[in-house]
Parts: sequence; structure tokens; C-alpha cells
Amino acid sequence: MSWGDVLSLLGLALKAMVPITLTAIGEIVNETAGLFNIGLEGILLLSAYAGALGANAAGPIVGLLVGLGVGAAVGLLFAVINAYWKGTQMVTGIGINLFAAGFVAFGVISGSAGALTVLPTARVAKWSTKMGALSPLILVALLMPFLVHWFIKRTRAGLILKATGEMPEAADVAGINVNRVRLFAAVFGGALAGLGGAYMSIDWIGSVTKELSAGRGFIALATVVFSGLNPLLALLGGFIFGFFQGLAEWVKTLPSKPIPFEFVTMLPYIVTLLVVSGVIGRVRFPKALGEPYKRE
Amino acid sequence: MSEQETRNQSRLVRGAHRTLTGLHPAVESLLAAIVGLLIGAALMYLWGYNPWKAYWALFRGAYGGSYEWASTLARATPLILTALTFSICVRAGMFNIGAEGQMFMGAIAAVCVALFKMPAGIHLIVGLVFALIVGAAWSIVPALLKITRGVSEVISTIMFNWIAVFLARYISRTALVDPSHAERTLRIPVTARFPIVVRGTDFSYAFFLSVFVAIVLYFVLWHTTLGYEVRAAGLNPTAARYGGIRNKRTMMVSFLLGGVTAGLAGATIIMGMPPSYAAFGPAGFPELVNVGFDGMAVAMVGRNHPIGIIAAAVFFGGLTAGGRVMQLYGSNPVPLEMVHVVMGAIVIALSIPELTRLFPIMVGEGKRVVNALRRPKSAPKKGGSA
Repeated sequence: MSWGDVLSLLGLALKAMVPITLTAIGEIVNETAGLFNIGLEGILLLSAYAGALGANAAGPIVGLLVGLGVGAAVGLLFAVINAYWKGTQMVTGIGINLFAAGFVAFGVISGSAGALTVLPTARVAKWSTKMGALSPLILVALLMPFLVHWFIKRTRAGLILKATGEMPEAADVAGINVNRVRLFAAVFGGALAGLGGAYMSIDWIGSVTKELSAGRGFIALATVVFSGLNPLLALLGGFIFGFFQGLAEWVKTLPSKPIPFEFVTMLPYIVTLLVVSGVIGRVRFPKALGEPYKRE
Repeated sequence: MSEQETRNQSRLVRGAHRTLTGLHPAVESLLAAIVGLLIGAALMYLWGYNPWKAYWALFRGAYGGSYEWASTLARATPLILTALTFSICVRAGMFNIGAEGQMFMGAIAAVCVALFKMPAGIHLIVGLVFALIVGAAWSIVPALLKITRGVSEVISTIMFNWIAVFLARYISRTALVDPSHAERTLRIPVTARFPIVVRGTDFSYAFFLSVFVAIVLYFVLWHTTLGYEVRAAGLNPTAARYGGIRNKRTMMVSFLLGGVTAGLAGATIIMGMPPSYAAFGPAGFPELVNVGFDGMAVAMVGRNHPIGIIAAAVFFGGLTAGGRVMQLYGSNPVPLEMVHVVMGAIVIALSIPELTRLFPIMVGEGKRVVNALRRPKSAPKKGGSA
């Protein structure tokens, strides 16, 4: 394994890290406010598809914005059902995932015979480095955790966010509109996941199929568990999971095929399981996570 | 006697009241189904299809005749079983999303019967036992992780689904591959196939196995101590523990039962679905994929009750069977995937508690009808109104 191999492996890991980290950070904001959104997988898929359509029509910037907007819209739907109508968060999330899987497959099949290709002109411009062509969104994924960490730990609004997740009753008495805070959190979380999804189609892979998200939304959930709602640890977790996905990609390209590709493809999922079961004991989650807030 | 009669009637009125004013779960499911179908229609319209024609083709393809009914019931067969997987764990207070992976492993285990010869009937039973053992085995690790390490079953079962998909692909293209057809596994021998009920259709006796399993699980959950413990642990784990119920045991039991039904679901597809009786691994298992996830939608629409699940599975089986007709329907070929859009929309609608509250007019009308029913108390029995 030469020095060049290490660099290209690192590049693959950074690319695979972006959607997982962005989605995980979004989910951290969600969970800090007491919402448990397992519909992330669906948001990734929907925004990847919508972003690709937007990019093909009007360029990469519009595509990314469309992805962001679709993610935010799904987050809004989730918040309206679960903050205002006191729905069952798990069921909404499962519904979003089912809907997205069906909708994207439907769109991809009826529009473009199985796979939607993003035009070369519609893809995000990249810097070519020794690690391969890197996109500016990698920078966003590297900076976002620090930004969110600062927001949650150091600002008044971040404290309000934590209060709505830990003890919504107290937050309510202090004059905070719990449902509105949860709404903002869900929209922000959805938007970040949407950006991650749009990145996958416009920037990284360049086409949309119905298997595009491939469990990344759930790997992001695992990253959140690993991090214990600390955005900086989520960056590390995202990198670990990204690294193993990159490793799987890299092993697939080896000419000698040391292991069957199915086992290599399994690797990120097995690592996710191992990491999550290794750290789980010490993690503490917000008290009101997953519970709708009802005034007495 | 007359007292008995009034009591009967008041029970009927109470039932009608619950049904019409929307506190009844079945009405919520029905409303959610309507909402889902409407959302599907809107999307078809936006994509330039004619939703009315498409739904008409779907309906006729699902329930238009005996052939269509046979096709619908054949599609409902595995859905009942995977829905049971999800609903047992919901009753025990957990979200087991692992039916997909357990079903894949069950299907692969069922293919193994092609490796040896046995008399008819026994061969079939051996295959089913293989499948249910392997399905249950695939659910043990997430259950253990949940019990010993507190790992969320949502994450662990999803990871196991992906591992199962790739493991099944590997096995199907190596150990179990048909030497003359690289694209599929060995075929299930005739001695291990479910007999067909209606000649010329794919409706096999596997359907009755599913219904039987659903009924057995209904009795286990509602008429045995074990079932009581499972449901009590799901309703309030703390209270259950103080009541002397071992929650870890109920978790394990519900996961294992779920694995058993999911494994059987895989076997019913492979051993009961003409004409192929094999798994198509390199193509990504088109005959298996999504049955586990669709089962979750079935379970929720069936309100996690075995009997409700049978009804919901016939509805969703009809959607799938009709969807296959819809996608070939001459001038208006809507892709089969539309069915999944409708399913997702139905589940999202179901997550809204008391969906009927959003339709206040309906509740008002329902109350009016109930009041009209209630007034003629002395009238001779006319109980058929509910």
C-alpha cells in the first residue's frame, strides 16, 4: 500500500463522510429538542432526487438549494405531525421512509428508465487534490459540527433547544413556545439532511437510483448514538463510518479481489453495529426524547 | 329477555358511536387509506397520468374476479407474516424493523431443501422448519444487543437487514446457485412446494399457513400468560417489572416469535410462488425485496392485531397485485412503485393521532346519526344498522 493509496483512501473516506455527518448533525439538533426522526433515510433519498432534478434544470447551486428545501419541507411535515398534532414519531418516520422509497423509484422509473443521471454541467465544481477531486461541501461538513456545537453550548437559543428536550414543562413555564422550538429544530435538521442528500446525487455519485441512500440515514442515526449528542464526536463518528465505506469502495477496485465484494459491502454496517454496541452504556439522551409535549 | 335485548342494542349503539365518531381504530385505518390513495392520485396527476384510470385498472386487477382474488391472496400471504413480526414487537414495546433481513435469511434457508431428497410433504415441512429456525436465529443478535447493551433495536435490525441482503446474495451466487442458470438459485423440488389451490394461478396453500399462524399468535397474545406478559411489558415496562414480569425474557420471546414468522414469510415466497420457485440473487431478489418493509405498513393499518393484519394484508396484497396490472395498462402505464408511495402516505397519515379530529364535519354527522339511532329505544329490535 503506497502513499498515494493512503491519500486516495482518505479522499474516499472524506467523500463518504459528508452525507453521514450532515445528517447526523441535523438529527442531533432534532434529538436535543426532543424529536426522534427516523425518516432521515427518506429525506436523503427525496432530496437527492429533487436536488438532481433542480440541478439538471438550473445548475448545481439551485440543485443544492432544492435539496435543502425538500429536506426542510419534510422536517416541517414531521414537526407539524409530531409537535402540534402529538403524533407517533416512530410511525411518521417509518412512513416517510416508505413514501420516499416508493416516490423516488416511481419518479426515476417514469422519468428516466431506472436511473436519473445528473448532467456533467450540473455537478458541483471540485478542487483537484492529491486525494482526488474534492468538493467544497466537504468543508461545510467539517465546519458544521463546530458551528452547531458552539450554538448548543454557548448561545441562549441553544440552551432553549436543550430545555425543550430535557424538560419541556420547565421550558413552557419559562415562557418558551415548546412546539415552535421543536418545529425550528425539525426544519433545520431536515434541511441539513436534505443538503446531504443533494450532495450525494449532484456532487458525489452523479446519478439517482432507488438504492442511492443505502442505509446512510440509519448509519447517521447510529453516529448520533455513538456521539451521545455531541456534534464534535459526530464528526469523528461520521469519519469512521465514511472511512469504512471508502475502504469498501477501495477494496472493490483492487484487481486481486482478496474478499468477495458482498463481504466488503457489509463492512460499514458491521462496523456500525460494533461501534454502537461498544459505546452505548455511557450515553445519556434527553429525557423527553420521543415524547410529545402536552400541557396539563 | 327484554333486558338482554336492550343491552345488546346499547352495545350495538355504542359500537356504532365509536365507529361513526371516529374513535374506532378501523375507521382511522380506513381514513388513512383514503388519504393515502388521494395523495397517490395527486402525484399521478402531477406526473401526467390519469389517476382515475389507473385506480380502476388497479381495482379490477386486485378484486375483479377469481383469478385476481387468487393473485391478491397470494401477495397477501408473506405480508401477513412479516406484519406479524413487526406487530408482536410493537405489542412488546419495540420497533423491530428487521423483518426484511430475517425474511431474506428464511428464504435462503428454504432454498437449502433443494440440496437433498425427501418424500413429499415431509420435505416441505423440513424446509419450513429450516426457514423459521434461521429467521429466529437472525433476530437473536439484535435482541441480545438490546437486552445486554441497550442498543436501539431500530438501528441494529436495520444494520442486520443490510448484512442479510449481502449475505443472501453471496450464498445465492455461490453455494446454492443453479449450475445451468447463473442468475438464480437451485429450484425447490416438487416434493417441497406448496400445492396450488386454484390451478393456473399463484395462489397456494401457503396462504392458509399464514392465516393459521396469525390466529395462533392471536391466541398466544390474548389468551396465554406469555402473551399477557408480552403485552403488559409493552404497555408499561416499569409496572410490568413490579408485577413480576421479566421484561428481558418478554423482549427475547417477542423477537424470536417475530423471527419465526419472518423466516416463514421468506419460505412461503420461495416455496409457494409459481413459476420460479427460486431466488434471483444477482438481480437483487426482485421476488423478496420490500416484503418486510411493506409488512410494517400492513401491521400499522391492521392496528397490530393479528386479525386486523389479515384484513390489511388482503388490502395491500390487492394493491400489489393490482399494481402489476396497472403498470401494464395500455395507454396509462403507472409504475408499480406508485403502490409504495400510497403505502408510505397511508402510514404517515396513520401516525396522526385521531385523524378523524381533522374531519370535524364527519364527527358531527356521526354524532347526529348515533343520536337518531339512540332515540327509538322502545322500537322493536332493528340491530342491523351497525
